[in-house]
Amino acid sequence: MTNKMITADPKGVLTGSHYLDGDHACCEGALAAGCRFVAGYPITPSTEVVERFSARCPQVGGMFIQMEDEIASSIAIYGGVWAGAKAMTVTSGPGFSLMMEHIGLGVMLETPCVFVNVQRGGPSTGLPTLPGQADMMQARWGSHGDYEIIALSPNSPQEAFDLTIEAFNLSEQYRVPVMMMLDECVGHMTEKVIIPKAEEIKIYPRRFTKAKPGEYLPYKPGPDMVPDLVKVGDGHRFHITGLTHDERGYPVMNHICQDQLVRRLMDKINKNADKITHLEEDGTEGAECVVVSYGITSRIAARAIDMARAEGLKVGHIQCKVVWPFPAKRILELVPKVKSFVMPEMNMGQVVLELERIVKGQAQVSLVPHAGGMVHEPEVILQAIKQSLK
Amino acid sequence: MSTEEKKPTNPIEPLLRMERMPHIWCPGCGIGTTVNCFARALEDTKTDLDKTALVSGIGCTGRVAGYLKLDSFHTTHGRPIPFATGLKLANPKLNVVVYSGDGDLFAIGGNHFIHAARRNIDILVICVNNYTYGMTGGQLTPTTPYSAIASTAPYGNFEKTFNLPYLAESCGAAFVARWTSYHVRQTAKCMAEALGKKGFRFIEIISPCPTLYQRRNKLGDGLAFMKYLKENSVRKDDAQTKDVGLDFQGEITVGKFVDREMPTFLDDMNRRLSETMGDKYEKYEGIKTKI
Ligand SMILES: Cc1ncc(C[n+]2csc(CCOP(=O)(O)OP(=O)(O)O)c2C)c(N)n1
Ligand code: SF4
Repeated sequence: MTNKMITADPKGVLTGSHYLDGDHACCEGALAAGCRFVAGYPITPSTEVVERFSARCPQVGGMFIQMEDEIASSIAIYGGVWAGAKAMTVTSGPGFSLMMEHIGLGVMLETPCVFVNVQRGGPSTGLPTLPGQADMMQARWGSHGDYEIIALSPNSPQEAFDLTIEAFNLSEQYRVPVMMMLDECVGHMTEKVIIPKAEEIKIYPRRFTKAKPGEYLPYKPGPDMVPDLVKVGDGHRFHITGLTHDERGYPVMNHICQDQLVRRLMDKINKNADKITHLEEDGTEGAECVVVSYGITSRIAARAIDMARAEGLKVGHIQCKVVWPFPAKRILELVPKVKSFVMPEMNMGQVVLELERIVKGQAQVSLVPHAGGMVHEPEVILQAIKQSLK
Repeated sequence: MSTEEKKPTNPIEPLLRMERMPHIWCPGCGIGTTVNCFARALEDTKTDLDKTALVSGIGCTGRVAGYLKLDSFHTTHGRPIPFATGLKLANPKLNVVVYSGDGDLFAIGGNHFIHAARRNIDILVICVNNYTYGMTGGQLTPTTPYSAIASTAPYGNFEKTFNLPYLAESCGAAFVARWTSYHVRQTAKCMAEALGKKGFRFIEIISPCPTLYQRRNKLGDGLAFMKYLKENSVRKDDAQTKDVGLDFQGEITVGKFVDREMPTFLDDMNRRLSETMGDKYEKYEGIKTKI
């Protein structure tokens, strides 16, 4: 059963028009979404998110703790969630790497929460103060084992605010950790951010069980494949484990239970992919070439598309606000209608692999790679568009 | 024989997930004994079981969370303390207990132990120290005594050994004690006392692992080790923790070494924030936002 949306708790909503950078806007989005528990460890370029939260949380009855490392942060938030709070952690490349084991635990325990990664150039310490988009595959596959994840990527401070609320809502609806994939550029750029009134912000409330103590089964899925939640202290005396488990939450070490569990964890995302998808389209009808982009790169792509249109080319644009699950259905609709897809990414080719997999050679797919450190030159994307239409 | 004759039942059965029995522990293992002590301590203190959460890491001891009928969490190797920290800080009304092994808490999880003690997070940490990694087959652990054989120290351990009470005290723990799984009454009593206190509380319980540690070190079965614990434990409540380190088959100092009242993380936070924010600060007593 899907829950009815409610409106935001006004206490966390800083209604008004502000000048904020993407990190601060992300923090305000979390507060507006009802997040009151943040555990984090400082790392450039994400630190401003937790700095702001540490200042804001005593005003809204929240809790911030700077943990001893990202491993601790990424599991302390689960404690917060199971105690009945909405929670997030915030990091960048090296810290994101340290969090991987717990992303898997969050998937396995079906713990709703948000992981913010303000991406910088990598690998390793890479470019701490400069942007990248090279953690996109890590966000999807970084923890061991099979699972599906949800990841969003904003292209502005306003989107950082809006999509953080969406990230919390999706995490509650599908009971999965949701990845908010900013980048240094969006994190540090200051722009106007409009924060609406609390009653205009829609929140997906946590789906607490109606079962009485003694009757509750922590992993009995509803018709939407998602089980209901509880919190500690309500008398259910439940058990949960990162081991493969049955509906009671008890470990079961065999392939049958494994198959059921892993399939459900993946299906609850995959079978709802069309509902989770969030695209911004521009001029895709009648386009010969469609540029597919996400995050900051979508803004450079928009500039390149304007230039191409000025030269008379029929170019459309799809900005993926939700990157994972990838919008396969929409891409498949476009495949017979277009000559080419162009995908600029601030990495050497990650999400484009998914695009290629879906297009299956039925249209041309051109990657415009970039190793990170600064955004693309629009001319390079323009060139790729032109080349693909030759 | 009449069929009406009552089967002797374990008085702590209502506290156990009986549907999960038999448990996975080997015959002669000391972990189950400590669980008995803990269950008794919960009963004796009339702790509100609905408000008590148990968090374990991974290992043989890590399985404790799966057998006690409490809100219980089997987390990742080394990380039960930060999970417990999250629980406690989000809802300070809960009693939060961490139950795990020496490797879990002091090798992979050592950093978390240090910082939770430093912050004086209000949780009770119970460590079953069996001198080895039980779950993975008897490897070296930070508490393996000098010269003891482990599967990854086949020529005998040459590393220095952690003195856990000393570590706990120096990091700021409010309560530090050590018992053994031979001392069931004292252990239960100590756990009960610790359950009634505030702050970061630590109890180490020396415990046999006959299957791996004893066998590999030719120390006999579980019973033989119990005999060793009985004959070599010396109670010294006023011992300095720096003096209670452990040697291979040497004397074991037991007792309550530290018991001090100190402001917890939340006490400190509330004090500081009301000092600096004045009337604008509403004392934090857990997250109340409706979600
Ligand atoms: C990240 C990670 N590394 C290694 C392991 C494998 N592992 C499982 S339990 C364990 C050691 C357990 O030893 P201890 O904590 O002393 O508990 P015991 O089994 O002796 O009770 C190890 C190394 C793991 N589960 N996760
Ligand atoms: S391996 Fe050792 S610690 Fe693990 S259950 Fe057996 S005896 Fe106990």
